[in-house]
Amino acid sequence: MLVAKNITKKFSGVTALDNICLELLPGKVNAIIGENGAGKSTLMKIFSGVHTEYEGEIILDGKTVHFSSTKEAERAGIAIIHQELNLVPYLTITENIFLGHELTNAWGVLNKTKMQEETRQLLDRLNLDIHPNTKISSLKVGQQQLVEIAKALHVDAKVIIMDEPTSAISDKEVNNLFTIINELVSQGKTIVYISHKLNELFQIADRFVILRDGTTVNTGEMKTTTHDNLIQMMTGRKILYSRDEVAEEKKDDLLRLKSIYLKNVTGSDEILHNISFTLHKGEVLGIYGLMGAGRTELMETIFGLHPRFSSGEIFLDGKKLKIQSPSDAIDAGIVLVPEDRKLQGLCTSLAVRPNISITILEQLDRWGIMINKKRETTLSKQYIQQLAIKTFSTETLVKNLSGGNQQKIVLAKWLAKKPMVLLLDEPTRGIDINAKSEIYKLIKQLAAEGLGIIVVSSELPEILAISDRVLVLCEGELTANIPIKEATEAAILKMAIHKN
Amino acid sequence: MATITATYKNQLTRFQSLIALLVLCIALSVLTDKFFTADNGLNVLRQTAVNICIATGMTLVVLTSGIDLSVGSVLALCGAITAGCLKNGIAIPSMDLFIGFTVLGAVLAGILVGAVLGWFNGFTITKFKVPPFVATLAMLTIARGLTMLYTKGQPVSNLSTDFAIIGTGWWLGIPVPVWIAAVVVLLAVFVTEKTKLGRYIYAIGGNETAAKFSGINITKVKITVYALAGALAAIGGIIVTSRLDSAQPNAGTGYELDAIAAVVIGGTSLSGGKGSVWGTVMGAIIIGVLNNGLVLLNVSPFWQQVVKGAVILLAVVIDKAGEKKE
Repeated sequence: MLVAKNITKKFSGVTALDNICLELLPGKVNAIIGENGAGKSTLMKIFSGVHTEYEGEIILDGKTVHFSSTKEAERAGIAIIHQELNLVPYLTITENIFLGHELTNAWGVLNKTKMQEETRQLLDRLNLDIHPNTKISSLKVGQQQLVEIAKALHVDAKVIIMDEPTSAISDKEVNNLFTIINELVSQGKTIVYISHKLNELFQIADRFVILRDGTTVNTGEMKTTTHDNLIQMMTGRKILYSRDEVAEEKKDDLLRLKSIYLKNVTGSDEILHNISFTLHKGEVLGIYGLMGAGRTELMETIFGLHPRFSSGEIFLDGKKLKIQSPSDAIDAGIVLVPEDRKLQGLCTSLAVRPNISITILEQLDRWGIMINKKRETTLSKQYIQQLAIKTFSTETLVKNLSGGNQQKIVLAKWLAKKPMVLLLDEPTRGIDINAKSEIYKLIKQLAAEGLGIIVVSSELPEILAISDRVLVLCEGELTANIPIKEATEAAILKMAIHKN
Repeated sequence: MATITATYKNQLTRFQSLIALLVLCIALSVLTDKFFTADNGLNVLRQTAVNICIATGMTLVVLTSGIDLSVGSVLALCGAITAGCLKNGIAIPSMDLFIGFTVLGAVLAGILVGAVLGWFNGFTITKFKVPPFVATLAMLTIARGLTMLYTKGQPVSNLSTDFAIIGTGWWLGIPVPVWIAAVVVLLAVFVTEKTKLGRYIYAIGGNETAAKFSGINITKVKITVYALAGALAAIGGIIVTSRLDSAQPNAGTGYELDAIAAVVIGGTSLSGGKGSVWGTVMGAIIIGVLNNGLVLLNVSPFWQQVVKGAVILLAVVIDKAGEKKE
């Protein structure tokens, strides 16, 4: 039995897990359910030795354990199968399964025959009829997942954690996976199953544990609960940010999307399917979706980052746009504050000034050849003041600022461009609560000035706090368009989980 | 307060290579009689001028987190083409056409060829996503082969006396190559610090994804940078050719390594986004002074190479140690 007792985990002051307690039983499929950011993956990372610093106790079969590495967790019998699989694509199945604990003979030479034989036995146990020397890259996702399970069996894991194991596999593969899970359970293994797909949980899980805002809110038997019940428990939280009075409905069309499709790189799968909606002037449109719903991809498609794989029409102020690159979008007046500010938004090794001015260097031209540094500095100072960015000077390196202030710099660099449409992808991810409410205030202020704003967020309270209208994405399709008056956490989440 | 210290440290790292150079000069002045003389100083600068030109171009490339291994070969080819144009012109018998070149025309032809070769580097790197290391390694071989073809493996010698001024002349008491290097450096400093192109170079090297998300045309910037590196290598080639009054088919062999060494010693990060042309100039002069000083100290040329390698390592180790403290 794996028990978490009073586990608390903070990331630079932000509490991710708050005094969490739960039990995971052997011989059962234990489902862990919770909205985005409820703390599921943080908890799993503690169980599997990724996060090593936390308060509280982990008790495995009656003994307190504290893993200082993933290897230690593995040795204690806990294996995790991540959503993004952790296999080396250009090595074979055998090489992957034995990675880190290769068998060698007395001379230190790899004993390939023995490893191959053992791999074959493992694959047989999983009804996987593939040669052990097949390269991972030539396997389908479902098969790769089974290889991960084989890896877990090989180290004789007692606890197997599966993070969204069905997110990328076909129905037939799902059935195969469930058969294997049932077999593992009958052998007395503890299966921890994380999934957003509630229908699936009723099929496979025995028990559920519901997490919300980093705490356990409920546990029970799957048999005794219902779909709607689970959703209620996942969302029944108090409102963190109160809304002002609901503003009047906005009517002037600004941005209109018509039948947007996006295919993945190989063209085999659709990431976005027939998305159409309108954004009005002065409106804050919230877009909610679970992980993998296509939220970020939708923003990136509008911003011209996937010209080769997308289709559909985009109109701005009634005029049809031809967006083939970010600079096309920017020229039209559409700008994107991306999901990952450090990776996509900022040059953190440069100072505040060049980061803010990067989008408008044409406007700071002097004699046609150089940058007017005086005006550049003035402009940076103006935005530092306007957005209340806490920085020592315009020359401070961005990497020395806090997350909230970094995010404001990304906002500043786009506001300097005087856009008509502002796309915000997870605008408050990983920043503290004060900076959050400052950014909310800013978003409302900008909308009041007539900008059209789309906010993509994986946090329900955020969506409810700032949107005038809420769109819900589920597996690449638009499943709901809810005016804020009718929006509740449960209503939104329901549409994000169900297709149709 | 933390920010003030950070800024202060920043300033310190900026002058790191200058301080190293001063220490080196003082040490050599004490150890030898001949080092601290005007003649020797100008001599070092003259010998360093070619590397400064090449390394300046290399700095631009490295700032975008690229590398250009082809500069030595490009130098040879462009030197040979300039010499060839000057001496033989271009004759196309089938069309009964002959083009003669003035010194200026020949020099411009050489620089143009360098820019085109560099442009080609940038083209393969951006359009076909060939890693810079591989693309320019290929160009290293191609350009050397073209040089051999063009010169038939023989030096092109006995060029005009006017042309010789570029490599051997003096103006206002300073060798012409030093003037050329100074102009190159000042232009490059202007570009990197004052212009849009310079800003984009730092942004791309600092975070290419963020640059792309900011609407910067990365292809255009990178191609420009490689073309500039090619053109600057050509200028180096012209100086070398003029100085020897002869274009040697094997000229410039290994020059790319000296240029990279200057860039690295000057504190420019090979992962891009951090560094400066001034740093590279210091780096190039440090290498020049080191070569010169070791000769004056009668150290064997074999040891000189060992010392140069050690200095490169030391420079990077000090840089990394500074980064960690941050």
